[in-house]
Amino acid sequence: MNVVQAAESLLALSQQEELEDLSKDDPLSPSEDEGDIDGERKHKKLLEAISSLDGKNRRKLAERSEASLKVSEFNVTSEGSGEKLVLSDLLGPVKTSSSLAAVKKQLNRVKSKKTVELPLNKEEVERIHREVAFNKTSQALSKWDPIVLKNRQAEQLVFPLKKEQSAFAPIEHVLSGWKARTPLEQEVFNLLHKNKQPVTDPLLTPVEKASLKAMSLEEAKMHRAELQRARALQSYYEARARREKKIKSKKYHKVLKKGRVRKALKEFEKLQKVNPTAALEELEKIEKARMMERMSLKHQNSGKWAKSKAIMAKYDLEARQAMQEQLARNKELTQKLQAASDSEEEEEGAEEEGELVPDAVNEIQMDANGPNPWMLRNHSRGTKEIKVQDPEQLPEPVAHEASENEEEDRPGAEEEILLNEFEERRSLRKKSGLSQEAELVSRQEPKDSSSQEVLSELRALSQKLSQENQQSGKQNVSSARTVLAVQREEPTEAEEEPLLLQRPERAHTVEELEELGKEGCFQNKEVPRPVGEGQQSERNPDNQPGAPKEKKRKEQMIDLQNLLTTKSPSVKSLAVPMTVEELEDEEERDQKQMIKEAFAGDDVIRDFLKEKREAVEASKPKDVDLTLPGWGEWGGMGLKPSAKKRRRFLIKTPEGPPRKDKNLPHVIINEKRNVHAAAHQVRVLPYPFTHHRQFERTIQTPIGSTWNTQRAFQKLTTPKVVTKPGHIIKPIKAEDVGYRSSSRSDLSVVQRNPKQLSIRHKKHLKKNSVD
Amino acid sequence: MKVKMLSRNPDNYVRETKLDLQRVPRNYDPTLHPFEVPREYVRALNATKLERVFAKPFLASLDGHRDGVNCLAKHPKSLATVLSGACDGEVRIWNLTKRKCIRTIQAHEGFVRGICTRFCGTSFFTVGDDKTVKQWKMDGPGCGEVEEPLHTILGKTVYTGIDHHWKEAVFATCGQQVDIWDEQRTSPVCSMTWGFDSISSVKFNPIETFLLGSCASDRNIVLYDMRQATPLKKVILDMRTNTICWNPMEAFIFTAANEDYNLYTFDMRALDTPVMVHMDHVSAVLDVDYSPTGKEFVSASFDKSVRIFPVDKSRSREVYHTKRMQHVICVKWTSDSKYIMCGSDEMNIRLWKANASEKLGVLTSREKAAKDYNQKLKEKFQHHPHIKRIARHRHLPKSIYSQIQEQRIMKEARRRKEVNRLKHSKPGSVSVVSEKKKHIVAVVK
Repeated sequence: MNVVQAAESLLALSQQEELEDLSKDDPLSPSEDEGDIDGERKHKKLLEAISSLDGKNRRKLAERSEASLKVSEFNVTSEGSGEKLVLSDLLGPVKTSSSLAAVKKQLNRVKSKKTVELPLNKEEVERIHREVAFNKTSQALSKWDPIVLKNRQAEQLVFPLKKEQSAFAPIEHVLSGWKARTPLEQEVFNLLHKNKQPVTDPLLTPVEKASLKAMSLEEAKMHRAELQRARALQSYYEARARREKKIKSKKYHKVLKKGRVRKALKEFEKLQKVNPTAALEELEKIEKARMMERMSLKHQNSGKWAKSKAIMAKYDLEARQAMQEQLARNKELTQKLQAASDSEEEEEGAEEEGELVPDAVNEIQMDANGPNPWMLRNHSRGTKEIKVQDPEQLPEPVAHEASENEEEDRPGAEEEILLNEFEERRSLRKKSGLSQEAELVSRQEPKDSSSQEVLSELRALSQKLSQENQQSGKQNVSSARTVLAVQREEPTEAEEEPLLLQRPERAHTVEELEELGKEGCFQNKEVPRPVGEGQQSERNPDNQPGAPKEKKRKEQMIDLQNLLTTKSPSVKSLAVPMTVEELEDEEERDQKQMIKEAFAGDDVIRDFLKEKREAVEASKPKDVDLTLPGWGEWGGMGLKPSAKKRRRFLIKTPEGPPRKDKNLPHVIINEKRNVHAAAHQVRVLPYPFTHHRQFERTIQTPIGSTWNTQRAFQKLTTPKVVTKPGHIIKPIKAEDVGYRSSSRSDLSVVQRNPKQLSIRHKKHLKKNSVD
Repeated sequence: MKVKMLSRNPDNYVRETKLDLQRVPRNYDPTLHPFEVPREYVRALNATKLERVFAKPFLASLDGHRDGVNCLAKHPKSLATVLSGACDGEVRIWNLTKRKCIRTIQAHEGFVRGICTRFCGTSFFTVGDDKTVKQWKMDGPGCGEVEEPLHTILGKTVYTGIDHHWKEAVFATCGQQVDIWDEQRTSPVCSMTWGFDSISSVKFNPIETFLLGSCASDRNIVLYDMRQATPLKKVILDMRTNTICWNPMEAFIFTAANEDYNLYTFDMRALDTPVMVHMDHVSAVLDVDYSPTGKEFVSASFDKSVRIFPVDKSRSREVYHTKRMQHVICVKWTSDSKYIMCGSDEMNIRLWKANASEKLGVLTSREKAAKDYNQKLKEKFQHHPHIKRIARHRHLPKSIYSQIQEQRIMKEARRRKEVNRLKHSKPGSVSVVSEKKKHIVAVVK
């Protein structure tokens, strides 16, 4: 709108100006003057018309009149029409006035100029046009030179050249554009809004805020601090629980559990002393747990997990053990708390256990408990036949556990060390920014379960304690028995096996005895032990006991026996270095002797020398004998050409250069070119290389992954041109390589004026033509 | 009982993610891996042999035309679409993935002389012996519609070739002169001539899009500038040039397919000496097309073979032929630089792999690594005689083989004569002309 108005106003203005100009042109009043001139003209016309009526004098000379002030534009006076106008005449009056000097100069210059030459013929012009255009174009093209050169020399070109850049939107944009669409998202949002839970910064809910407002400032501050602390603590505990839950080490968990149990036991004992009624309650609790267990099928082998394990158990030792553990747990839980029962009962229990487990598991389970499953294999086939052995074998795991238990009971410090170790490892793994998300996990459930566990563990412990007493008693007996067996000196297999079977028990008994010895319960056992130990170590020399103390003791005992029976090599090596060397020398000599004996027949050195001599002979140039027997003398059988003649016709070949292996006695160097090798060798230096050493170096450096690291291999084998399958490769563009492409389209340039040339172009042309 | 076990630190052998490389402990001590050169040599030899074993370049033959295939065109946007024009005026559009003809048009009476697609891929242009230029829609007509061109331009003379501008709605035809057309008009925007012979082909420069090259039957190649509406330069060769092709990666380089069995690569700024003379064909070269990477080009010849030349080598690296393939008239390199198409006299379009022994389809990373390694090994040992012989060995049809022998003898004789003349004449009176300069008659400004 504005533009239009402006244009209109401009138009109006210009019209006004025109009008003004007109009025300025003739200062006289236009109306009068025009009227006068018109009248005269009409008058003249009239006269002419009258005069032309008679038809004689149609052409009439212009009317002569005096030069007047009034110069009419309609009639020109031809005063002095006969004379010719000369430039100098015109210039004459100019001379005086200095203001016209410039004009004079110009005129002079015009005077001095010659006539213009004829224009060039069409072909010539076109040629010049072409040349100019070609120069221009080749100049424009030369901007591509660096790019072309770069692409030709590039190590790797990846096509298509133009890469589609994935655009990353800033996070705010994404968030603002995001809306809950799926039903789940909407539900979550609804819940959040209902609770007025702040979505973005979940610090305080509105309820909390309200409560804050209700309190005084200091109180509120305290409350807030408390809240914060509680939250921090909660998150800390949660994080810790999570961390601990994540720890996969069974040992750690076992230790932890044991600790818990021990604590519970202590408390229980305390309670017994301090408050018998409370202890009774506890006992009731335990009883209740037992009842619960009996009702439930939790630790029976009917669950999904148990079934799967039962299948696996045949092949997997761990699964088998897990099953057994579970069953043991079941047994513990279901067993009544009693004073120590008879061993027979236990055996029954063990048998029951065996029945509970599927046969397949049972079969191998027995092996697993034994010290060496391979040795027992044959026997386990006929399980029923050797059922007599079962009572000895089956109670073992329980005893085993018990002993372990003791072992861990004893070194309380050890456990602590272990725990510390775990702590350290965790702290190492832990990162500085521990996620402080508030995960609302109810802590109640784990507590419940853990309390239950504690209870069950407690039960188990008390049971074990009672069992242990029986076991150790039994072991005493059995070990005594074995000693007797050894003394009897009848090394049949049937008797050896029980001995073997005893071994793990014994290993435990060492520690056990230590422990128990302190308590002073089983002093009577100390006598038979060393003998048994000695036997054991003899039988299983590769057995490596865990505890260092034990080891030491064992070593003492082994030493004694070793000294008697065999020479240990370690003694030899450590004792005297001189003797060792001597021994080595001796060995070498022995070896030499052996080799000599083995290769007594062949003399290698002589063979080699002979071979070399032959090679030298063969490589020597031969003399050429040109004697013709019978030529110029008598010939025939048995006649030889004379020595003189032979000397005359013998052509001696000059001796070649000395052999390269002349001074190398152990080497034969063949100086002949190997034809077979030559077939694989490069004859002439290939093109891009300038020296043979360059070429050799490129061949010498391997590029395979056998000789190079993975990264170097990848770098060395990058292909020169990489194309993506299924991608169209467009021609290179000026924009791709950072050049500005011409903004005007080619078409518009063509259509503007196909054949006309610009002024500058013309000038250029002219210059060219002059040249 | 405590059991001591052998233990390893998992950090030394466990991967952090599934995508990581498996860590293999490895000792790179060179004394442990001796004989690296002989071992790599054997690997290179095996790689070369395997390459020859797996060299099966022929993929498919598209048949359906009822006369010789005279011209081919690529679709600028779709890799699977190809257009072909035959000597009976029929134009067919093919789908390469299905290897089927998807559309047939009777476009002209007489030959379809030239065919080109618009840069956007929506339409294409054909010129024929019936003096018309026709524009067609790329998509077929709807049901009930008649197959009709979008526009038809009736000219005064026969058009022998056509090419479309790479960015704008402009195309160029050739015949008696080179005409530049605006798509919207029925008369040329400008027409350029130089001399009076019929021009057989015209090609736009794909990079500097205002440049054109043409070749005429009076043995010359002429370059034009569309914006200045003037020819630029003309080079006259020994024999007639059939067609030219611009390098899509190097703005000033083009290759001319000549009747004297050779191809000439020129730098358009220095036309007096070709950058490279490519010789291996034994008959006239009829068509040439660059690989989109600009590193190689393919040429079709009257000797019933297709050859692939590296831009900087004078000898071909590959020759394709089949028993049934007759004179190859047109050839195109697909825009993903993987395949080659050639149309020949006996009415078939053939699809070849650009790299004869390449495995098609997706490669696993190990396959890719092995491929790269083998390629590098072949490159490294390429000068060794055994490897060179195996890599170069090609089976050729008897006609081509004997022709090569014959021409070798002729060439040798010519060379000998030249040497003799040089030897027995006054020093300085006979000058040796290099192979590159020999074929250039003149450069006209």
